[in-house]
Amino acid sequence: MDLLRFATAGSVDDGKSTLIGRLLYDTKTIFEDQLEHVEMASKRAGDEYTNLALLTDGLRSEREQGITIDVAYRYFATPKRKFIIADTPGHIQYTRNMVTGASTADLAIVLVDARKGLVEQSHRHAFITSLLRVPHLVLAINKMDLVDYSQEVYEQIHSDFTTFATKLDIPDLTVIPISALNGDNIVTRSENMTWYSGATLLHHLEHVYVASDRNMVDVRFPVQYVIRPQSNEVRDYRGYAGTVAGGIMRVGDEVMALPSGFTSTITAIEGPGGSVEEAHPPMAVTVRLADEIDLSRGGMLCRPNNKPAVAQDIDVMVCWMHDEPLRRGRKLAIKHTTNSARAMVKDMQYRLDVNSLHRDLDATELGLNDIGRISLRTTQPLMADEYRRNRQTGGMILVDEATNFTVGAAMIVDTD
Amino acid sequence: MTTTHAEYRLSQLDELEAESIYIIREVAAESERPVLLFSGGKDSLVMLHLAVKAFAPARMPFPVMHVDTGHNFPEVLEFRDRRVGELGVELIVASVPDAIERGLVKEEPNGSRNRIQTPVLLEAVEKGQFTAAFGGARRDEERARAKERVFSFRDDFGQWDPKNQRPELWSLYNARIHPGEHMRVFPLSNWTELDIWDYIAREDIELPSIYFAHEREVVDRKGMLFNVNEFFAAKEGETIFVERVRYRTVGDATLTAAVRSDADTMQKVLDEIAATRITERGATRGDDKVTEAAMEDRKREGYF
Repeated sequence: MDLLRFATAGSVDDGKSTLIGRLLYDTKTIFEDQLEHVEMASKRAGDEYTNLALLTDGLRSEREQGITIDVAYRYFATPKRKFIIADTPGHIQYTRNMVTGASTADLAIVLVDARKGLVEQSHRHAFITSLLRVPHLVLAINKMDLVDYSQEVYEQIHSDFTTFATKLDIPDLTVIPISALNGDNIVTRSENMTWYSGATLLHHLEHVYVASDRNMVDVRFPVQYVIRPQSNEVRDYRGYAGTVAGGIMRVGDEVMALPSGFTSTITAIEGPGGSVEEAHPPMAVTVRLADEIDLSRGGMLCRPNNKPAVAQDIDVMVCWMHDEPLRRGRKLAIKHTTNSARAMVKDMQYRLDVNSLHRDLDATELGLNDIGRISLRTTQPLMADEYRRNRQTGGMILVDEATNFTVGAAMIVDTD
Repeated sequence: MTTTHAEYRLSQLDELEAESIYIIREVAAESERPVLLFSGGKDSLVMLHLAVKAFAPARMPFPVMHVDTGHNFPEVLEFRDRRVGELGVELIVASVPDAIERGLVKEEPNGSRNRIQTPVLLEAVEKGQFTAAFGGARRDEERARAKERVFSFRDDFGQWDPKNQRPELWSLYNARIHPGEHMRVFPLSNWTELDIWDYIAREDIELPSIYFAHEREVVDRKGMLFNVNEFFAAKEGETIFVERVRYRTVGDATLTAAVRSDADTMQKVLDEIAATRITERGATRGDDKVTEAAMEDRKREGYF
């Protein structure tokens, strides 16, 4: 059994919480005490039916305001797969929340209300899915029961979305007509929409092919921690612990250590269960080398003929997550792979209107939830790939040096 | 390591294991003085097992801390001391009875020491100048926990502010703090109760005996079976009876209820967990029944 991480996004009242409640309920993930609790809360609120949406509201202020504030993580499993849902709320801090949820997702579900069709938020959600390079997108057209399960409505939204999506980079799109409230096409096929011949949502989640999504070509091993036991039993042991960020590493491979440029040979790879012959993403292993070379946390192993850029001038797409706008000249702390450094915003290239995808070249700042392209100069070289090639070695976070708050998410677009 | 070689995919348990090891190593690298909170319960034992793996063949580079309510199951205490001794790591005990004696906290009228653990924990973190404390909490446990970050920031009062959490992107964890502040780090965030048991079975991790079916003197209080012991007396009108039970969680002996069970082997426990229809906190924790937001309130104050 493997693991699929997916993010859900929708605007207010698209029925996202109901959908998640439905998935949990129909896969028998809801426990009796949780259901009892929700039934009680529904009754108190005067709902006519058990409001499955209440399952997912975690905090008191959320229940009080009837909205979801922060990303919440949910878990369910079927005999085929285990699923982790990053449930990203529609209103407050929507961009920040969705970027957060999408950053680790293999798949994103964007919900639209069949009565309303695509709205501004739908474009935004699709754009973020493509910006964060979530490999699979599901457009779930919800509330089909309220449009008489009309095939025309489905076709129209499908076609509107396909037109918009041509401007984006979405490798795999699936469109499913559903009713989360009634359970149509969630776990079982809808008898109300016999014109739809595709998979149900759960069937798609269970079977979507994700094995080829990670970069298995370019060997990237950011060193996280150097293991050197201070004991007589294992004298002279030196192992480089880390998580494989790309490619397949094998015992006997020649590797280059960056930034030093020295080369050596892998003599052993130790996984959590003992020695292994090869390691691939996202395995956490300890690598041993034939030679003692200069390599520590923040450094990286790669293949001599396939190196990342080693660069200090880096262009990134940034999603800004703080009230105080980002402007040219701003200094920030950054974290990229296992490397920490400082950076200065050298240039603000443009701000992107995520609805029209128009680039505003005159923009002088990025406000909260804005997305734009900036140029950074870092205090030390980063071993970096373009985000489109590798999400692990192409992403970085921006941190305010005074408050230590994470204020931005950045995706590397250029390293010249 | 079970991988499908044609596809290079990890099984879900291997992926969770890899993620947790990454998180533990990240803390060791970025945080000046980490400590691992250890209750002797199954989650903290899995966390300890992962911490040992993360640094092998070296010793794990941080001590473990037990916040001891004084209301312990003797089997668990004995187990704790033996396990810590085997690993050769330092054990710090933050004692609630001792804190009551010193006047740091007051015994609550109902005798529960759940809430008063928090100041004791925070004092121990401050005294040890710990900058990060590993906890074994999982997001599937409880609604407020579902909103918790892996690296969860605590201010200089030890408080959690759920509305002002740092966004957590990719696997880039922001461990930066100012003096006096600390991080709570939850390496098991993405594990479910069933994952924990599957992993314990796969890795053959030894558990305290109370996790398996045994006979015990209990009373039935509001549908929960509580063991009658030196900390927990039967009330008037309650009948003490012997029942075959096991514990699904291990905590304060006055608060943790047992469940009826015949599962005396790992496989039987696994079968039972897979079939159960009640969450482990719902089945065993008297403390979460108080209010709708009991856990959220305790977490804001600095609880585990």
